[in-house]
Amino acid sequence: MNQLKEAAIETDVVIVGAGPAGLFSVFELGLLDIKAHVIDILPRAGGQCSELYPEKPIYDIPGLPVCTGQELTHNLLKQIEPFRATFHFNEMVETLVSLGTAEKPAFRLSTDTGKIFHAKVVFIAAGGGSFQPKKPPIPKIESYEGKSVFYAVRRMEDFRDKNVVIVGGGDSALDWTLNLQPVAKSLTLVHRRDQFRAAPHSVSAMQELAAAGKIAFRLGQITAVEGEDGELMSAMLKGNDGVEEKLACERLMPFFGLTMKLGPVADWGLQLNENLIPVDTEKFETSHPGIFAVGDINAYPGKLKLILSGFHEAALASQKAHRYIYPDKKLLFQYTTSSTNLQKKLGVS
Amino acid sequence: MHEEETGVMAKMSFEDAATRYGAEPGGGAPTKVNITFIDSQGQARTVEGEIGSTVMETARRNDIPEIAAECGGACACATCHVYVDDNWTEKTGKPSQMEEDMLDFAFDVKPNSRLCCQITVRPELEGLVVTTPAQQG
Repeated sequence: MNQLKEAAIETDVVIVGAGPAGLFSVFELGLLDIKAHVIDILPRAGGQCSELYPEKPIYDIPGLPVCTGQELTHNLLKQIEPFRATFHFNEMVETLVSLGTAEKPAFRLSTDTGKIFHAKVVFIAAGGGSFQPKKPPIPKIESYEGKSVFYAVRRMEDFRDKNVVIVGGGDSALDWTLNLQPVAKSLTLVHRRDQFRAAPHSVSAMQELAAAGKIAFRLGQITAVEGEDGELMSAMLKGNDGVEEKLACERLMPFFGLTMKLGPVADWGLQLNENLIPVDTEKFETSHPGIFAVGDINAYPGKLKLILSGFHEAALASQKAHRYIYPDKKLLFQYTTSSTNLQKKLGVS
Repeated sequence: MHEEETGVMAKMSFEDAATRYGAEPGGGAPTKVNITFIDSQGQARTVEGEIGSTVMETARRNDIPEIAAECGGACACATCHVYVDDNWTEKTGKPSQMEEDMLDFAFDVKPNSRLCCQITVRPELEGLVVTTPAQQG
């Protein structure tokens, strides 16, 4: 019991989501001496900015006539550096349990990797939800997931001496084709065309393996699977020529990129409205005291899903968070331009 | 007062008529075309698409189901996948390299597959018919 308690990470606030709204929350909270841990399912910061449009221009960030998603993320990370938030990437918050009261909220969060957090306040900045692998429309595929159908490799040993089928033409599909070929009994790469959106050296390495007969490359798609108790036995390949062929297959890995799903947020007992979290427009607090929602995931009359709205919401939510975390301290409104106190926190005084 | 009201009414109905026939008030080139979306169950919905906008935006504006358009039109997510009716594939044209790459992340891609955020509504697309797949993401 004591060990469990020691294992929990104690923090003022947990921010769920490392997109622009989550990152700027670190800044606004930091100015108010509130320490943050940030959790994101993606392997890096930026949310949709880095996942969907890293190289595409954004024109409506005040004061920045144009910047890319990547540049905005980079600049936000630089801006929040002084506050030394701790990031937990590749992790999804699964449960959020309230331990406190309306006046003195406290929360326990757990992630899919087993980390436990104790926080006084929670900021949900989860955007369109969590980015999760797209699941192909193969009937009953879900009954094989985690046992013989995988969207990521956790353990290479799961693939040893198996007939492996990988579907897709991006970097993930090719990287795992190259990595799993030596351990698999057989490996078939299935893609809809003979062009690949992947690193050129991976493509040529794959083509060499195919030419040497060490892997099979097939044009087409997988339309059905067969097996028992979650264990696959075969996959139906429908070739681009329309011909169907049953492939021996004990492990299937479809790589169709990521999609946004609301995910576990739906189970946290918060009031929801069409997959969005209603908040008030004074504090951006949810139906549960101490849980705030900022950015694309919240809803209120007149809401616009703009990055700048997320910034504004983060600033106001932080004011209320301060009252929960420092109930006895009076909050003095200050400007970073003139306040020596704030400048000290920013490391510029 | 009565006269003014009549005036307003008359103006409104003129604008309605203009919209219906896709013409600018007072004549000129059409500003809208009809686009039909057929869902995976076979139900057809015909809506007006503004020239210069995209087929995806038209779908979103008219609450067409089965178009997720998660990335909002950045050609970055493959969740606005449609099948262009065979009679229209020539007019809508071929996907660009970027779109073709992104189609790798769509399901059940066929030769007439397009990401409809990449189809700009033009006057020659009057009557365009596209079908949406059962699953986008």
